[in-house]
Amino acid sequence: MHKKKLIKEQNPKERIQNFNEVSYGLSEEQAIAEASRCLNCKKPLCVQGCPAEIDIPAFVMAIKEKAYKRAADIIKKTNNLPAVCGRVCPQEDQCEKACILMKKGKPIAIGYLERFVADWEMENSKQSSVDSNQIKKAGTKVAVIGAGPAGLSCAADLANSGYKVTIFESLHAAGGVLTYGIPEFRLPKKIVNHEVKNIAALGVDIKLNYVIGRTKTMDDLRAEGFEAFFIGTGAGLPHFLGIEGEGLNGVYSANEFLTRINLMKAYKFPEYDTPVNVGEKVAVIGAGNVAMDSARCALRMGAKKVYIVYRRSENEMPARAEEIEHAKEEGIIFHLLTNPTKILGDENSCVEKMTCLKNKLGEPDDSGRRRPVAIPGSEFDIDVDTVICAIGNGANPLLLSTIKELKLGKWGNIEADENGKTNVKDIFAGGDIVTGSATVIAAIGAGKKAARVMDEYLKGKKC
Amino acid sequence: MHKIIRKQQLNSDICLLEFEAKDISNAAKPGQFLVLRIDEQGERFPLTIYDSNKTKGAITVVCQAVGVSTKKLCALNEGDSILDVAGPLGHSVQTKEVGKVICIGGGVGTAEAYPIAKAYKEAGNDVTVIVGARSKNLLICEEALKGIDVKLHIATDDGSYGRKGFVTNVLEELISKDKYDLVYAIGPIVMMKAVSDLTKLHKIKTLVSLNSIMIDGTGMCGGCRIKYNNKSSFTCVDGPEFDGHLVDFKELIDRQNRFTDKEKQALKHYECKIGLK
Repeated sequence: MHKKKLIKEQNPKERIQNFNEVSYGLSEEQAIAEASRCLNCKKPLCVQGCPAEIDIPAFVMAIKEKAYKRAADIIKKTNNLPAVCGRVCPQEDQCEKACILMKKGKPIAIGYLERFVADWEMENSKQSSVDSNQIKKAGTKVAVIGAGPAGLSCAADLANSGYKVTIFESLHAAGGVLTYGIPEFRLPKKIVNHEVKNIAALGVDIKLNYVIGRTKTMDDLRAEGFEAFFIGTGAGLPHFLGIEGEGLNGVYSANEFLTRINLMKAYKFPEYDTPVNVGEKVAVIGAGNVAMDSARCALRMGAKKVYIVYRRSENEMPARAEEIEHAKEEGIIFHLLTNPTKILGDENSCVEKMTCLKNKLGEPDDSGRRRPVAIPGSEFDIDVDTVICAIGNGANPLLLSTIKELKLGKWGNIEADENGKTNVKDIFAGGDIVTGSATVIAAIGAGKKAARVMDEYLKGKKC
Repeated sequence: MHKIIRKQQLNSDICLLEFEAKDISNAAKPGQFLVLRIDEQGERFPLTIYDSNKTKGAITVVCQAVGVSTKKLCALNEGDSILDVAGPLGHSVQTKEVGKVICIGGGVGTAEAYPIAKAYKEAGNDVTVIVGARSKNLLICEEALKGIDVKLHIATDDGSYGRKGFVTNVLEELISKDKYDLVYAIGPIVMMKAVSDLTKLHKIKTLVSLNSIMIDGTGMCGGCRIKYNNKSSFTCVDGPEFDGHLVDFKELIDRQNRFTDKEKQALKHYECKIGLK
């Protein structure tokens, strides 16, 4: 793979001993050389592939001309989280897939270039400072619920349009999944903090430890003069498999496992107080990005053997190609076409083994992927002491149950159109709370679209 | 940051802390809880709300120093601040007139039983409160409970105050003599289990309040899940109140012990750091 060769990474044997970032990013020479390959197409297909609508050829050309500040400004015109996107977007399914050079199998490494620009800016320009004077005193009040990628991008765009934006975040830190979910070695938290500070510096007030639906309700906020709302509360309640033994000690949801390690810094235990038990043999159920993150965290926490257990085959794995590649390099063992049926515990109710069935692929299902079909009599046990369920999340009812008039879909997610409009005129929504578990970039795109229609709605109200 | 405005030591291990939390005090209802983080290295942990005061914009909690987090909280003094407080979380108690109610509090749970007993009393019920402590000097909240006009029974393990024995001994006497409509138990899990086992035999509806190990407290992590009526429930968003006859207490007790070794290690580290050991 062309992209792989381009970038320097920590050696797999070393990196599984630490939480430092795996990929070092491009050097200046590499970035210029890569940017110089861009054909600067008149009708750039890459832009159509970008949910954040970045003017990709323009920023790539700026890199070629060593005008890095200009490159950063071009990206930030439409994307307020460039250092994040450059690291975690599935570019191979988006901009790079659309790149005309993909026909030759060598698309421009747009993600790496975006990261290069964002990192350059972080090092070379002053962090936008946040002081309380910058928080907008005037202007129409808009509330954003949830400080994850959807909420942050929506808030930034609204602030840039002149609104007085307040983000309400239930956790003690902003960033949503960027903070609690994606591990340090893939997305360093100092980068997330930097981007959050930049957004705060636009005049956005970020209120932490604030649980809308509990601390205050939407009606309280309406009474305080908020005129429009964006709900970006993200992935909700974690799904479990619904099999025997899920209450045993050693069974985690990926959300719990990752939150302990990333948000609560269990990898620095006992310097940090939050513990996590990892054990020697770990099975992660699922094969999305969250599953890869969980598996790779488990390795770094000292597990000797880590398995990905997935009911379909490699072709159907939803994780980014790069994450799967990294997981394989690090020695994660893949049990594909394998479906757990039971988790067994010892006399202390700790996980001891997991019973699985082998599957074969049948006819395509609703998702277009071939349906896994169990092979009768193929049961086998895997010895494990930790099981992590990374099979997605359902909608969290905490806030939604307090907004009686809001229309929900059959899975409890908010029903919103592609611009984030819901059935309630002042409520807009985007990200995982609408789509179910998806990507960071999809959430950023949804936040941006919603900011646009919220602006239209609020302007319409004033006429 | 939430400034502590009042601290009172209730016994050698348990203290009462009142701190500023304006928005939370406006919303707080009996039975709800908070998630706190004391400092940058701290855990997020749940604590039941003891009292709230809208006029002062303050919340009161009662905390027993057991592990690192609770020891850190109890080490704070008036004028100090708690880093993070989120809430009020969970459902409040749905108090209505049911008739004769027994509220049971054990240990630090006595403080949590107080707002529940008060709420049931205010809803027009005939309320009896049974509180249990290991010994007289460990008994808390006696004055507060006397102030809300309930029939108060006290049991101590060593007989140093009230009657000798457990809360369940008192409960058994009461329910075998008289008819009660509801029992509400808050305290150590083994106590709630013992109460539920007993009332099941007597077919009295029993509610328990569960704050199992949590991180976010908003339903995101599933760490607090229990087996309830043979299905998985999250104590943070589905609770904290549950029908005691439908809780799988064995699994709950096992799950509460899942980090015991690590908790001991963390405590040792903390005590070394502050120079206790």
